Amino acid sequence: MNIAQYVKAKSLEEAWELNQKKTAVVFGGGCWLRLSPQRRIQTAIDLSGLGLDTMTETDTAIHLGAMVTLRQLETAPALLTATDGAIKEALRHIVGVQFRNLATVGGSIFGRFGFSDVLTLFLTLEAEVELHRGGRMPLAEFAKQGGGNDILTQIIIPKKKRRTAYTSLRLNATDFPILACSVVRTADTLLCAVGARPARAEVRAFEGTRGLTEADATAVATEVAASMNFEDNTRGSAAYRRDMAVELCRRLLLQTGKEEA
Amino acid sequence: MKSVNQAVMKKDALPLITGKPVYTGDLAPKDCLIVKALRSPHARAIVRSVNKTAALKVPGIECILTAEDAPKKRFTIAGQTYPELSPYDRLILDKQIRFVGDPVALVAGKDAACVDKALRMIKVDYEVQEPLLDFRQAVDNPIVVHPEDDWNPMVPVGGDNKRNIIAQDKEDWGDVDGTFADSDVIVDHVYHTKQAQQSMMEPFQAFTELDPYGRLVIVSSTQIPFHVRRIVATALEIPKSRVRVIKPRIGGGFGAKQTAVMECYPALVTMVTGKRAYMLYTREESQTVSSPRHEAEIHVRIGASKEGHIRVISVEALWNGGAYSDHSPTTVTLAGHKSIPVYNHTEAFRFNYTAVYSNTIAAGAYRGYGATQGLFAVESAVNELAEKLGIDPVTLRLKNIVHEGDVMPAYFNETARSCNLEACLMRTLELIDWKHNYPRRVLPNGKIRAAGLALAMQGSAISNVDVASATIKVNDDGFYTLDIGATDMGTGCDTILAQIAAEALECPVDEVVTHGVDTDTSPYDSGSYASSTTYLTGMAVYKTCQTLIEKMKEKAARMLGDVKAEDLDFTGDAIIDRATGRQVTRKELGNAAMITNDIALEATETHFSPVSPPPYMAGAAVVDVDPGTGEITLVDYAAVVDCGTVINPALARVQAEGGLVQGIGMTLTEDVIMDKRGRLQTNSFMQYRIPTRQDVCDIKVEFAPSYEPTGPYGAKSIGEIVINTPGPAIAEAVHQATGVYFRELPITAEKVYKGLKAKKEE
Amino acid sequence: MKIEYWLNGRKEQAEIDAGLMLLDFLRDHGCYSVKCGCETTACGLCTVWLNEKPVLSCAVLAARIDGQHVTTLEGLQDEAKEFAQYMASEGSDQCGYCNPGFVMNVLSMVRELSDTPTEAEIKEYLAGNLCRCTGYVSHMRVLRRYLAAKGKEVQDA
Repeated sequence: MNIAQYVKAKSLEEAWELNQKKTAVVFGGGCWLRLSPQRRIQTAIDLSGLGLDTMTETDTAIHLGAMVTLRQLETAPALLTATDGAIKEALRHIVGVQFRNLATVGGSIFGRFGFSDVLTLFLTLEAEVELHRGGRMPLAEFAKQGGGNDILTQIIIPKKKRRTAYTSLRLNATDFPILACSVVRTADTLLCAVGARPARAEVRAFEGTRGLTEADATAVATEVAASMNFEDNTRGSAAYRRDMAVELCRRLLLQTGKEEA
Repeated sequence: MKSVNQAVMKKDALPLITGKPVYTGDLAPKDCLIVKALRSPHARAIVRSVNKTAALKVPGIECILTAEDAPKKRFTIAGQTYPELSPYDRLILDKQIRFVGDPVALVAGKDAACVDKALRMIKVDYEVQEPLLDFRQAVDNPIVVHPEDDWNPMVPVGGDNKRNIIAQDKEDWGDVDGTFADSDVIVDHVYHTKQAQQSMMEPFQAFTELDPYGRLVIVSSTQIPFHVRRIVATALEIPKSRVRVIKPRIGGGFGAKQTAVMECYPALVTMVTGKRAYMLYTREESQTVSSPRHEAEIHVRIGASKEGHIRVISVEALWNGGAYSDHSPTTVTLAGHKSIPVYNHTEAFRFNYTAVYSNTIAAGAYRGYGATQGLFAVESAVNELAEKLGIDPVTLRLKNIVHEGDVMPAYFNETARSCNLEACLMRTLELIDWKHNYPRRVLPNGKIRAAGLALAMQGSAISNVDVASATIKVNDDGFYTLDIGATDMGTGCDTILAQIAAEALECPVDEVVTHGVDTDTSPYDSGSYASSTTYLTGMAVYKTCQTLIEKMKEKAARMLGDVKAEDLDFTGDAIIDRATGRQVTRKELGNAAMITNDIALEATETHFSPVSPPPYMAGAAVVDVDPGTGEITLVDYAAVVDCGTVINPALARVQAEGGLVQGIGMTLTEDVIMDKRGRLQTNSFMQYRIPTRQDVCDIKVEFAPSYEPTGPYGAKSIGEIVINTPGPAIAEAVHQATGVYFRELPITAEKVYKGLKAKKEE
Repeated sequence: MKIEYWLNGRKEQAEIDAGLMLLDFLRDHGCYSVKCGCETTACGLCTVWLNEKPVLSCAVLAARIDGQHVTTLEGLQDEAKEFAQYMASEGSDQCGYCNPGFVMNVLSMVRELSDTPTEAEIKEYLAGNLCRCTGYVSHMRVLRRYLAAKGKEVQDA
């Protein structure tokens, strides 16, 4: 890669200062940056010396440092429990263990990639992000506006009694999703997120208990799909994606509903 | 048998598995110039000018070569026996750009960084032209891919560059139209397969240098060292005596390296600069400017009696050769010759073909070599015929397939001297639990489980063309060295040929050391392609052993005194006088050859075959289809192969499994997608999806050996045939699950879903 | 820039360009087992260990190994030879180009997975290692025997 200067930041403030220049880039795992080898980077900012690679748990939330790897996430008992195993289902398809040992949750979230399984799932978990200067904000908001030149420090997953289910459709194992879908039921809300449309994931919320019967699950899924845009790319057409959004949402609604019953 | 039909470990296994530096890139000297190509982003254009002034100033840049710097005589890069059937239609660098990625300039410099920098600074002035991207529109299109006057077919193959035709032929046997008119039932459909990529793990790479004699030495990851010598000498317009080609270990080929895809580039740099040069293709280059399977559109018609006698088959193939002719005239012929003979009781057949130029990637040789496309079409059509007749596909095949002793009119009137196809079929049905799985059932989870089957054949070497040789020497203490010109590309032929030698020489395999390939010293071999190595080079090895044994007897007779060679017996360890029991051990013989000796204890034999005996196989698939999403899960696959005597059961089994999974990839996930301007979107392993281990179910492989009298110890080929059944077998299984026919590969979830949706709306 | 690191247990230092990838760095330092099969983090041929965890060396900047431990197959020859016996007896090595990366990940998997891994868990752990020759089926035969010798019984799904 074309990198003039590599700086292992000694403080978040230093990282933030360096990142105010357009030609600077923050390195998470570096996996996706690898894909644009011709890109010219003046300053590569390494966050690996800032202790952001730990997970902590409080009574109300799970805190994920931005440099926690995807592999750490998928093997963390607290997250597996908190998501009914959906975290594993969302991550296990991503390339391979060697990739997930590098890719960080911060990189996945900050990049706001359309294909992001992490973003799709975390939107339904009502996650919050914390930026070094910008402070805390809901992930749904961050997903829309992005992080600019700020530094993402952690992601917070609130602890709740919830039912979670995740599924995706792929051409084959380890491929990008053709479509990704996540559904969460809490006591009073239903959240459905659809990603890889191929645009980035969006989430829809419904009050009360919905989608428990075949007919209502189809109705809710159809409503979710109708509220989102779908496009063509090499992995699938917009029309197929739209139909699959209905089908996958419907299945997850029934799955989460059944578990509740 | 002691060495043949044994699962002998590959001779190079330990160095390979433990990661020793044995491949071209590991061996390239550090001081090689790094060579990269500047490639056209346009599918059709004329290079008006190349401004390299600024780029040449980049520190470390050695040279930048353009069309002006390259020889002007056309050649082919197809690895075939001279004179090649492939018209000479290439230059190393041409001003006429014919597909996206055609090279405009070669840049050589001291490291990759300076070369990359120089590449960015070269300015090319293109006259962009409208490309011909749809091969169906190629014949007589006003856009002519090869307008040049020096287009040079070495052998007439029916081509006409002004009409975009690379090769064309028609063949009728029997009264085709009359038999169709008289048939009770006719199926008539068009089948489409795409330009699948071999995707061997080692990309194309080669390095070149001048030796102390000023000769050009090419170390290349190639299946065809002797053809590379001729091709590069022809391209550079230098005598063939000035070129030497060495093949180290190869990281897979599958036919891709049966074409000299890139050796000319570093060779030209070395000839211009006098310096060592190394070129390593990126994965993107390996997927976009390489030598994939031909896209094919095949029109099949089959006429049958209502009792299920297949009376007439017509195969009409349209072949997308892409920008250059390469392997088009040859691959296309297999579409009919390796499919129609499976049903050998027809009264008539027709095989017509046209291979055309277009402004897309030039296609080449990929395992199966045209038979894969032909068999997808014909086997699918036979499955459709079964449905139309209301006869199950097994019964239909049992009524019509080829048997041992049959003369095959659609296969050059060769006699099937070894054929166990029926046994292959029957055993496959048992392995796949056909009775239970065919045609379909709905599972408790809502998915539909269904089965499908297909048959296949291939050849063993190119009859009356391919040449194979072996040299065997007796050395100190009597160990043997086996020199071959065939190229082990991971298939294990260095070991398999040593097994054949060990069997003939009655010694342990470890006492045969295999060496290959250096064109200066190895005996001539056409190369490892066309399923030739075990069958043809194996026979050359066998013959060489017989000759060597006679020479060893001659030497032993001399050592024993007053005894004639014909009175001696060779036992492997010794040569014994039948009458007296006196003996010379092999150890004594080997050592005696190195003192006061005038009998060379070495032999070379060469072999060709007037026939190309087909291996046969049956394959069957069980799939689960999710009707809600169209997703296909392959849950079981079984295949039984008749490759004659199995020389090495472990290696043969892995060949079969590997070939089947490549076929599965081609059927389900490997798609080639081109944008409107002719750029391949599927240009990486991220976008071109070869199977992962999670996509592969357990695959059951067995053998039903026949005995081929013309092969070594009864062996035929196995390398290519194994890729042919998954396409039609899985397509049929998915059809049984959905009631929809899929006549184009790959069959993706979206296609299945759309098919089901359309059916529902009908 | 200057980096200090442990390569196969030996402490070393080097002067490198900031943009150098670990894959290229390792090959320059004689670790030829590390192969490049793609440029898009998709094939697993370049797998090495960074602090005992398998990573893709094509996606790691050499600068990142400062102060860290890197292991390649050159540093695991005894284990590689042991595993090689199992692989070779099935003819599963084939062209060999993907072997070193595959072996690196297998040796990591043996350390990480439970004593009763399922076939699905094994496939998932190794999914990032592509192989075009074998079709993977023989790998599972190899792994069943190798893991059994290591006291791990593969459970059927």
